[in-house]
Amino acid sequence: MKKFFAALCLIILAASASFAADTIKIGVVATVTGQNAFGGQLELEGMQLANSLYPEALGKKIELIVVDNKSDKVESATAATRLIENDKVNALIGPYGSGPTMAAGEVAEVAEVVLMGTACTNPLVTEGKKFIYRACFIDPFQGEAAANYSYNKLGYKKAAVLTDVASDYAVGLASFFKSNFTKLGGEIVSDLKYQSGDTDFTAQLTEIIERAPDVIFIPAYFAEGAIIMKQGYEMGNKARFMGGDAMDNPEVVTLGGSAVEGFMHTTFAYDPSMPEMNTEAKAFTEAWIKKYADKAPNANAAMGYDAYVLIYQAILRANSADPKAIRDELEKTTNVATVTGMTSFTTESHDPVKDAGVVEIKGGKKLYVDTIKP
Amino acid sequence: MSLNMFIQHFINALGLGALYGLIAVGYTMVYGILRLINFAHGDIFMLGAYFVFFATIQYKLPWGVGVVIAIAGATIVGLLVDRIAYRPLRSAPRISALISAIGVSFFLENLAVVVFTGMPRAVVQPDWLMRPIPLGPLGAIRLIPLALMVPIVSFVLVGGLLWIVYKTKPGLAMRSISHDIETTRLMGVSVDRIIALTFALGSALAALAGIMWALRYPRVEPFMGIFPGFKAFIAAVFGGIGSIPGAMVGGLTLGFVEIMSIAFFPNMSGYKDAFAFILLIVILLVKPTGLMGEKMEEKI
Repeated sequence: MKKFFAALCLIILAASASFAADTIKIGVVATVTGQNAFGGQLELEGMQLANSLYPEALGKKIELIVVDNKSDKVESATAATRLIENDKVNALIGPYGSGPTMAAGEVAEVAEVVLMGTACTNPLVTEGKKFIYRACFIDPFQGEAAANYSYNKLGYKKAAVLTDVASDYAVGLASFFKSNFTKLGGEIVSDLKYQSGDTDFTAQLTEIIERAPDVIFIPAYFAEGAIIMKQGYEMGNKARFMGGDAMDNPEVVTLGGSAVEGFMHTTFAYDPSMPEMNTEAKAFTEAWIKKYADKAPNANAAMGYDAYVLIYQAILRANSADPKAIRDELEKTTNVATVTGMTSFTTESHDPVKDAGVVEIKGGKKLYVDTIKP
Repeated sequence: MSLNMFIQHFINALGLGALYGLIAVGYTMVYGILRLINFAHGDIFMLGAYFVFFATIQYKLPWGVGVVIAIAGATIVGLLVDRIAYRPLRSAPRISALISAIGVSFFLENLAVVVFTGMPRAVVQPDWLMRPIPLGPLGAIRLIPLALMVPIVSFVLVGGLLWIVYKTKPGLAMRSISHDIETTRLMGVSVDRIIALTFALGSALAALAGIMWALRYPRVEPFMGIFPGFKAFIAAVFGGIGSIPGAMVGGLTLGFVEIMSIAFFPNMSGYKDAFAFILLIVILLVKPTGLMGEKMEEKI
C-alpha cells in the first residue's frame, strides 16, 4: 500500500512538473480580505483584466496564481513564500500597500524572484533591493505634491496631520508632507497619531478641531480615512480633509456619505473623469467597462493592470520566463506606455517618475481636478 | 485645556468605555460561571452587527425589527456554540474548552469571510441619532443623541443583568454553579439549561454591543470583533474577571485612559495603548484579582 502511494505521489509530481513547463506563472500576493480588501480586490481585477487582454507570452499561457494576504504583513511574507516554493512562480505582483509589500519583498529578494509592487509608495520598498520594482511613484514626490497643492494652489497656511503609526506608508507620507509644508512657510498646528485597527478617533479630532487648521492631512487607507472623516463631520469639523493615493477608492463615498464631500487627495494619474487620457488609459477604460459593467474603472485597478503589463513586456523582451532574465530585462524598461503614464526603470532606481493626479469628491462623485508634474 | 474641550473628551470617553464595558460583561459572565474564557464572544459581537446591517440596510426593515433580529440571531448562534463546542467538554480539562473556544472564534470569523465576503461594508446610521443636540451656552460642545444613547443603554442593560443575577431564581442558580457545579447539580438544578441561559444572555449583550459599535463606528467587517474583543477581555481582567460591575468599571477605565491620554498628552497619541496597558500591569501587580475581583478560595 505504501509503495502504491509513493508511486502515486511520483506520478502526480511528474505530471505537475510537466504541466508547469507549459505555463508562465505570475504569483499574486493579493489583498482580498481584511482592512484593505476594497483596494486589493480592485488591483486584482485590474491584473485579471490585463491577463485576459494579454493571456499568452512566448507561446505559453500566462496563469495568475492568487494568494490572499488578509491585509496583514506576516501573511504577505507567508503568501510570497508559498507562491515561490510551492507554485514555483516566474514572477510576483505585490500586495496592496507599502508595509505588506516590504514584507513580501524580503522573501522575494532572498529567493531571487521579481516582485512588482502596485501602489506601494513608500521609498523603502525598493531601496537596496535587486528584485523589487514598483509601478507607482513614491511618497517624497507625493508628499511634496500634496503640500505644494494645499499651500500654493488652495492657499492653506495651517495644517493638522493625523497619522497611523503602525503603517509604513502613513508614517512616510506624513513626514514628507510635514517637511514640505513647513518648508513652504506653512505651520503644522497639530500632529497626532493613531494605530491601525483603531476605530475611535474622537479624542484626536477634538484636539485637532480645537486648533482650527485650514486643512487636515490624513495619509490613511480609505476604510479608516472614511471613518475619520465621518467622525470629524459628526464633531462639527469645518477644515478640509486631504489624503494620499490610498484614499483613492470608490468605496470612500459609500463609507463616508456626506462627510467626505469636498475631500481631496493626490493619486496616480488616472481617473475615468480625467479630461485627457493617453492611449493605454483609453484602452484600459474601454476594456474595463466591457468586463466589469457594474463598476467604475479606477486608479487601483489601473495600478494592478500596469504591474502586469510591465512584467509581461519584460518577458517578451527577454524572450524567457526565467526569473533572473525577467529581472535583468525589467531594469532596461524605458518609456513603456502604461495607464498611469510612461514607466522607466534604471539600475539605480526601480521607482518610476510619474505625474500625480488630484481628485476631489463633489456631489458624491470623484472628480479629477488637476495633474501635478514631477 | 478648556472646560468645553474637557467635557467633549469626557463624552467621547464615556461612549467608548461603556461599549468596552458592555462587551466585557459578556466575557466576565461566562468566566464567572464556567471558568472559561469565551474567545468567540467578539465574533458573536461581529455577527450581531452583521445581522442588523443586513436587516436594516440590505432588506430595509425598520431599526427596531433589525435589532430584534440581531439579538435573536446572535442568541441562537451563542446557544449553538455552547451546545456543539463547549457542552461536550464540560468535564474535560479547562484548557481543552479554551482551545475549543479559540477554534470557534476562528471558525466564525472565516465563516463570515465566506458568507459575507471580506469586504468592509458601510452602515448608514438613522438621521435622528446623528443630529446635534443644541446645548445653548455650551455651544462649542458637540453632542449627538447617539453619544448619549450608547452609555445609557449600556448602563440599563448591565443594571438589568445584575437584577437577573442577584434577584431571580435562575440568577441564584448561576451564582451557585459558579461556586460548585456538582453540588448545584445534586440540588436538582438543571445545570446545562442554566449555562445555556448564560450563553443566551451573553450573546444577546454581545449583539447589542455590536449594534451600537456599528452605529458609532459605521462599518462592519468579518474581523471587526477581534480588537474590541481583546480590549474588552483586558477590561474584564482589569475589573476583576467574574465580577459584572467590575467589567463595566474596567471598560470605563480603559475608555477613559485611552481618550484622556490623548487629551492630556496629544504629542504622545501614538502611545495610547501603552498607557492603557501600563495601568493594567500596575493594577494587576498591586491587586492580582483585578479591581473588583474576589479572591479565589482554594478547595481542599
